[in-house]
Amino acid sequence: MSKPTKDPRIGVYVCHCGLNIAQSVDCSRVARTVENEDGVVVSKDIVYACSEPGQQQIKQDIIDNGLDRIVIASCSPRLHESTFKKMIDSVGLNPYMLDMANLREQCSWVHMNDHAGATLKAETLVNMSISRVRHLQPLTEETLPLTPKTLVIGGGIAGIQAALDLADSGYDVTLVEKSPSVGGVMAQIDKTFPTMDCSI
Amino acid sequence: MTDVGRHPRIKLLTLSEVVDVKGYVGNFKVKILKKARYVDETSCTACGECAKVCPVVRPDEFNMGLGSRKAIYSPFPQAVPSSYLINAKECLGHNPAVCSKCVEVCSKGCINFHMSDEEIIEEVGTIIVATGLVPYDPTEMDEYGYTRFDNVMTSLEFERMVNASGPTKGSLVRPSDREHPKSVGFIQCVGSRSAKKGARYCSNVCCMNTIKSTFIIKEHYPDVEVKVFYIDIRAFGKGFEDLYTRSRRMGAQYIRGLPGSVEETGEKSLRVAVENAATGKLEYHHLDMLVLAQGIKPAPSTQRLQEIMGLQLTADGFYLEAHPKLQPVDAATRGIFFAGCAEGPKDIKDSVTQASAAAMRAIRVMHKGEITTEPITSVIIAEKCKSCGKCAEVCPYGAITVDVKNKKPAVVNSAACAGCGTCSAECRFDAITMNHFTDAQILGQVDTMLDTAPEAKILAFACNWCSYAGADYAGVSRLQYPANVHLIRVMCSGRVDEKFIWEGFRKGAPVVLVSGCHIGDCHYIDANHWTEKRVARIHKKMEKIGLRPERLQLEWISAAEGIRFAETMKRMEQVRRSVTAEEIAETINTLSKL
Repeated sequence: MSKPTKDPRIGVYVCHCGLNIAQSVDCSRVARTVENEDGVVVSKDIVYACSEPGQQQIKQDIIDNGLDRIVIASCSPRLHESTFKKMIDSVGLNPYMLDMANLREQCSWVHMNDHAGATLKAETLVNMSISRVRHLQPLTEETLPLTPKTLVIGGGIAGIQAALDLADSGYDVTLVEKSPSVGGVMAQIDKTFPTMDCSI
Repeated sequence: MTDVGRHPRIKLLTLSEVVDVKGYVGNFKVKILKKARYVDETSCTACGECAKVCPVVRPDEFNMGLGSRKAIYSPFPQAVPSSYLINAKECLGHNPAVCSKCVEVCSKGCINFHMSDEEIIEEVGTIIVATGLVPYDPTEMDEYGYTRFDNVMTSLEFERMVNASGPTKGSLVRPSDREHPKSVGFIQCVGSRSAKKGARYCSNVCCMNTIKSTFIIKEHYPDVEVKVFYIDIRAFGKGFEDLYTRSRRMGAQYIRGLPGSVEETGEKSLRVAVENAATGKLEYHHLDMLVLAQGIKPAPSTQRLQEIMGLQLTADGFYLEAHPKLQPVDAATRGIFFAGCAEGPKDIKDSVTQASAAAMRAIRVMHKGEITTEPITSVIIAEKCKSCGKCAEVCPYGAITVDVKNKKPAVVNSAACAGCGTCSAECRFDAITMNHFTDAQILGQVDTMLDTAPEAKILAFACNWCSYAGADYAGVSRLQYPANVHLIRVMCSGRVDEKFIWEGFRKGAPVVLVSGCHIGDCHYIDANHWTEKRVARIHKKMEKIGLRPERLQLEWISAAEGIRFAETMKRMEQVRRSVTAEEIAETINTLSKL
C-alpha cells in the first residue's frame, strides 16, 4: 500500500462498458478532461473496468503509482461497488477509499440521443466523484454476533423447500404459515405439469 | 410436506402471522401472533370423531366451496399438522347447553375452548419471504358469466373437482346437474395480460395448467370434446412443448381468440362467441361447461409485510428483488430473501428452484457465525455537542442516548445505528459526523457540480434504496430524460441537510430536488418523515426571504418507479427553465447576506 500522504493520490477510470457507456459518452475525452484535476495521478478510459484484465490494470496502477483513492466511472454502485471494494482491498487499499460515478444507468442509457450532453454530464459526475474521494476516510467494518436461524414466512411449496434446505444444512428454522396447514396452493393441485405427478 | 412437520430443526407455526420485525441482518427480532386452534396439536390424532358430531356445516375452502366441512375440521386429508382445528366464529360455543358435542366425543381430551392467541418472539439471523399468491377472482369479468352461470368455473375449482381427493372423488360433472359434460371449454388469460381487468402480466402457469387439464379429461373421458380459447400458448419450459403437442394429438382443440361473450342456453349449457384469429370469422361454440384459466395475484399480506420490513414492491404488487438478474432472490435489505410467487408469478419448478436459491443465500450470510456491519454509522463530536437531545429524538432506531439533564454529550450505539444520517442532518451544531457521507464529502460534490454553468443544471439528492434505485431502473428501461440532471447519492433522504440545499442555491442552482422512499416505505423505518418536515421548514424560509418555493421539490420515488423518476426529471427541467438568470443572481445575493 502507498504511504499515507497528505496530498491525495487519485486514480480515475472511465469505463466504456463495451458500448453501453461508450455509445453515448466520449469516455477518452472524459478521462482527459479530468486528468489535471487536483490530486489526480492517473486518469484512463478502460473497456471493461470490472473484467479481470480491467481490474488487474487498476490494481497494478495502485501499486505502481501509490494511489490512495479511486474513482470508477462505470455502472451503478448498486451493481458493482462491492466488486471494486474487494478489488482495492486486495492490494491493501481501504475499501472505503472508492467512489463510483454512475455513467451507465444514470447517464449513457438515459441520454442516448444527446451525446454532447451525456459527455458533459459524465465529466461533471466524474469531477463530483473526484471531489468526494478527496474527503474520504478509511473505515473499518465491525463484526457482530449472529443468530444462525431463519424465519420463513409462508408454508407453500417455496417456503417448505427453503425451510427443508436450511434445516437439512443444520440451521434452525421457524416456519410461519397463516392458514391451518402448510401446503399452500400447491396442495390443492392434483397432477402437476410437466411430469403429471402428484404435488403432495 | 410431512417432512416439515417432523424435522427436528423446523419449528412450524400455523395459524400464525408475523406482526412486527425489528433489528437488522444477523439479528432480527420477530413478533408472531399465533391464533388459537382450540385443539391441542400434539395430542390430536385426527380420528375425526369430533367432526362427525359437529352440527355446523360450512363450505370447504380447500375444495373452493364445492364441498363442505364442519366448524371443527381438518383442512384436507394430508394436512400438516394433521390436527383438527375449530373455527371459533362458526362454532356454536362451548356452553354445554348450546353444543360442545365435540368435547364430549374426544376421547383424548384435545379440545380446549380456553386456548387463546399467543404472541411469540423469535430471534433470527435471516428471513425468507415466501408469501405466495392468490388466484385471480374472475367476478369482475362478467362477460364470462362466472357469477351468473352455474357451469362456468375457475381453473382451481375445476382442479378440485378432477382431484381424486376432491368433492366428486375425481369425477368430472357439471355443477348444475351433476351429469358428465360432453364438451368442456377453457378460456385462457383470465385476469392476465389485460390492461383493463386483472393484471397486465402473464400468469406463467395458466397455459400449462390448462394443457394439463385437457390431458386429465382426455385420459378419463376420451369422447369429451375439449376446446381451448387462447391468445397464444406459452409452452416455454422444459418438456412443456411436448406436453402441448401431445394434448393436441389427443384431440384437444385449440382456438386462437378470446371469447367476447358467454351466454347460457337451454339446460344450462353455454354459447361462447369468439372471433377465430386463424379464420377471421366469428364463431359460436356450444359447450356444457366452461373453465376460466385464472391468473395469479400477490398474496393479500404482501403489502402489510412490505411495510413491516421496509421492503419494496414492483408496480404489479409483487416484491422487488435487489437486482432482476444478478440478485434475483435477494431483497434490497441485507438478510431478507424471496422465494416463490411472492417475487412474481411462477410455476412449482421455478418456486422450488428459487426457494433452494434463497436458502443458499441465507446460509451464505449465516455460515461464518458472525456478521460484518457497514461502518456507515454516525459519530458524535463530543466537544461540539450541546446535549440538546434532537439526535436522539429523530433516530428511528433509538441508537442515540443523550443525558439532557446533566448536559452530557450524546452517545451512539454503533451496532444499533443503521446509517440513515438523519441525526447528522438535524444536528444544528454540526456535532455529528456521518461516516462515508460527511458534510465535507457531500458539499464537495455540490460545489463541484455547480462550478461551471450552474444555471443549466438540476441538483438532485436521492436515497440509495428507493430513488437512486428508481433512477437506475429508468436507466435499465432506457427512459430518456434531460442530461442536466445530476444525482447525489445519500443512504436516506433523511441525510439531506438543510445546508446542502442552501449551498446549492448559493452556488447558483436554479432548482433542487430531494427524493426518497414513499412515506411508509422508508428503508430506515420512518426517517423520511424528518425529510418531509425539513423540506417544509425550508419552503417556509424560502418564502420568507423571497425565493420561489417551487425551486425546491420533494418527490417520493420507489425503486420500481423508473417512469416516475424520468417524468419527475422532465418536470424539474420545466421548473428550471422558469428560473431566470436575474432570479439566480438575486438568490445568490440574498443568501450571501444571511
